[in-house]
Amino acid sequence: MSSPKHPTASAQRGAPAGAPTRITQGSQTRGAIGESTLRPDGTLKVTGEFAYSSDLWHEDMLWGQILRSPVAHAEIVSIDTAEALATPGVYAVLTHDDLPTEVKNYGLEIRDTPVLAYGKVRHHGEPVAVVAAAHPETARRAAAKIKVEYRELPVITDEASATAPGAVLVHEHRTDHHVGHVPHPNIVHRQPIVRGDAAAAARRADVIVRGEYTFGMQDQAFLGPESGLAVPEEDGGVHLYVATQWLHSDLRQIAPVLGLPEDKVRMTLAGVGGAFGGREDLSMQIHACLLALRTGKPVKIVYNRFESFFGHVHRHPAKLYYEHGATHDGRLTHLKCRIVLDGGAYASASPAVVGNAASLSVGPYVVDDVDIEAIALYTNNPPCGAMRGFGAVQACFAYEAQMDKLAKKLGMDPVEFRQRNAMEQGTIMPTGQPVDSPAPVAELLRRVKAMPLPPERQWESSEGADVRQLPGGLSNTTHGEGVVRGIGYAVGIKNVGFSEGFDDYSTARVRLEAVAGEPVATVHTAMAEVGQGGVTVHAQIARTELGVAQVTIRPADTQVGSAGSTSASRQTYVTGGAVRHACEQVRERVLELGRRRFGSYHPAWATAELLLEGGKVVTDGGEVLADLAEVLGDEAVEVEDEWRHRPTEPFDLRTGQGNGHVQYSFAAHRAVVEVDTELGLVKVVELACAQDVGKALNPLSVVGQIQGGTTQGLGVAVMEEIVVDPRTAKVRNPSFTDYLIPTILDTPTIPVDVLELADDHAPYGLRGVGEAPTLSSTPAVLAAIRDATGLELNRTPVRPEHLTGTA
Amino acid sequence: MRVKFTVNGRPQEADDVWEGESLLYVLRERLGLPGSKNACEQGECGSCTVRLDGVPVCSCLVAAGQVEGRDVVTVEGLADHARRRAAAGARGTSLPDAQQARGGADSHTGEGTELSPVQQAFLDAGAVQCGFCTPGLLVAADELLESHPNPSDEDVREALSGNLCRCTGYEKIMDAVRLAAARQGEAV
Repeated sequence: MSSPKHPTASAQRGAPAGAPTRITQGSQTRGAIGESTLRPDGTLKVTGEFAYSSDLWHEDMLWGQILRSPVAHAEIVSIDTAEALATPGVYAVLTHDDLPTEVKNYGLEIRDTPVLAYGKVRHHGEPVAVVAAAHPETARRAAAKIKVEYRELPVITDEASATAPGAVLVHEHRTDHHVGHVPHPNIVHRQPIVRGDAAAAARRADVIVRGEYTFGMQDQAFLGPESGLAVPEEDGGVHLYVATQWLHSDLRQIAPVLGLPEDKVRMTLAGVGGAFGGREDLSMQIHACLLALRTGKPVKIVYNRFESFFGHVHRHPAKLYYEHGATHDGRLTHLKCRIVLDGGAYASASPAVVGNAASLSVGPYVVDDVDIEAIALYTNNPPCGAMRGFGAVQACFAYEAQMDKLAKKLGMDPVEFRQRNAMEQGTIMPTGQPVDSPAPVAELLRRVKAMPLPPERQWESSEGADVRQLPGGLSNTTHGEGVVRGIGYAVGIKNVGFSEGFDDYSTARVRLEAVAGEPVATVHTAMAEVGQGGVTVHAQIARTELGVAQVTIRPADTQVGSAGSTSASRQTYVTGGAVRHACEQVRERVLELGRRRFGSYHPAWATAELLLEGGKVVTDGGEVLADLAEVLGDEAVEVEDEWRHRPTEPFDLRTGQGNGHVQYSFAAHRAVVEVDTELGLVKVVELACAQDVGKALNPLSVVGQIQGGTTQGLGVAVMEEIVVDPRTAKVRNPSFTDYLIPTILDTPTIPVDVLELADDHAPYGLRGVGEAPTLSSTPAVLAAIRDATGLELNRTPVRPEHLTGTA
Repeated sequence: MRVKFTVNGRPQEADDVWEGESLLYVLRERLGLPGSKNACEQGECGSCTVRLDGVPVCSCLVAAGQVEGRDVVTVEGLADHARRRAAAGARGTSLPDAQQARGGADSHTGEGTELSPVQQAFLDAGAVQCGFCTPGLLVAADELLESHPNPSDEDVREALSGNLCRCTGYEKIMDAVRLAAARQGEAV
């Protein structure tokens, strides 16, 4: 076969890197907060013109390719790049020896992750070398010619092997700030929470249930692969266009490795094809920058799906050991639990996931006496970190299974049992933190239970059974024989925003000026729009606060201050809060300007409460004082400012006490499933959700978030799991052929009931939406399968063999 | 090698194509048409779906050489394709070959762009979040409504079961296809 060549210069080009998507909202997309406003980037997305990070192109650009470790744990004896370098069309081959500074690691909290492996590889797929070539296939072939000699080491794969006497240490020389309080160097972080007297309370219990639960490793499976384009600049710096969740966090990790000051690493957000936590950590960012600086040419890196499964952290798989007690009248007495999260080879977000798992392990219930411990391990499994739900997902799976077991043992209705123990405003969390805004847990359960049920035998039609609505679907495995229906409920609690004392601020720059006689607002933040619709909400806020129709959203980049991460359900709250805060200051300055220019013409300028509405300055009585465009004249009013939510504090390392969280959010699900008990196949018939969102700034987007989160929870209930070989710690299913995510045939109707009980501490009373529905969806499906089959089912995802007794 | 084929009604040719390249690569990297997406490059996700002589295919699984002399429609040509189809339907004759240039659209925002009914329905129904699955779903949904103007919900699910979406939970996508079908019905 002939060698691939670089694309010809005659080719037409889309989306050059220098022109990232600017979004202007005009006549097509009016909308203030509370209105279902359409996305400003929607037209570009449906016409194929929206520039995602993998779509970027630059004249004379090269393609980067990463060589990854084929084994999970080994010493690197030698690396020989000579043959790869000699390949025609190859411009550079880099290993750890080529890193420009002594900073050879990066990491979100702990800098334990090598940019390119040195000394050892610690997990299957760890980056070892990078290649730049004129064609991606040339780069792939050259990478395959790099000779790496490994001396394999025993693999650490679980708690027993991690803490066994004489266990190999995954990281031999830890200096991070957790190492002083963990019981073993293969434990990243440990967070106990002790409140009341669980042992004494257990003696009051009439019934006690214990369970050991297993949560499989879930992948974010965002569809847009990790990708970006690094362009070297004349001042010796680099401009990186990339899909990420937090530009400034990336910048802080990238610049020291490159040996550049942060102002010489410019970052612009390219179009992001979903994230769900999987883009909090760096992937190809540093590699592309290194290759661009080395070759002096723009370098693009795009993972394929196989590589993507190795290229980002996953959701922590977990073992959860739970003991609850209750009295005959259905009151919880105590909770003892131990949550063991597998963090894999590098820390990523593990410490924060531990804090979440521990502090939310009790669920949305009142339990005064608790003895809780959560740990994350270092192992040689794939690194795990952030994914939607972040530690709260695993706990919810376990405590909701426990609630059903308790209700059954007490002979109570599972919803009524939950409602009897439901937390409410004023409840004290196990951390000692009071819940000081609405917590409508019992009400959400009531609402989700009150929704009409789908009809029995819904697959039947006048023409016989529609197999598409039956377990097994188009495989045509049943026409209803052996099919049993089950119904299950679950409810969960998720924190919103970054916790444990983190300075979780956002920055917004807002400008108001008259253009062609019309007032136009411009909003500039570094918020990563990953699909959630933050850009829509920013425009809605600006329209509401400044009374203008036209809002321009500038591309997110590092030319403005940090907007924090697009994670923890925080962006509408925090960056939305920053946009509102900046708008308020702009409004005050505009009114000042008006008073100076027109104050003498009307007394209301001095005496009345003034508003900006419909492009005019009006009094609270509705009298128009001036056109906004006239007030502004030739002047542009611009404000950039940071905004913070209420501060939080760390959890005590021995007792877990502390006001660690900003806000809580709640969702409840009811699942209806049909199970083919002979083949172990499950059809989820309906997955209803009720969620309190405080205030729905954009109802259409809110429902979309709830349905999307619900579906990711469904996936990990019945199909999604990264399978890691316990003997070799190698990933066995890195493809969409073998790692299954729900299709439209697997996904049921998802009726949603949105409750809006304002949180007075938050902008507009809103409550972060994105994650809560991912929590309760999974245990609701599991509960429904248990209801249908009578099986205990202590692990997720459920596979056919678990239902047929052939596991 | 050189590959000559028709894309969205226009003759195109790509030079120096390596035999291992896919149609998806040629569209995205050689013809400047990155609308077809590269979510898996394994034929599993449907994000690269295009029409090849009218048939929806995963362009990542089509070798570039296979399209020689053939006709491809991508998401970038969907509005034109729908307009020509509507015109042909109205006149009851074969597709007109006249190409109408799109006028007045803002290249930065897309505002003013003429959209096909299914594209407009995806916007209106909130079926677009990150949007990476959207081009493939649009091509597949448009083909469905072309061949089955009044599909049942189960027909829609079956027809779109080769297109993965990770953001929406598919409910708004179902809404969008129902909306497009209803509007199409009203227009006839």
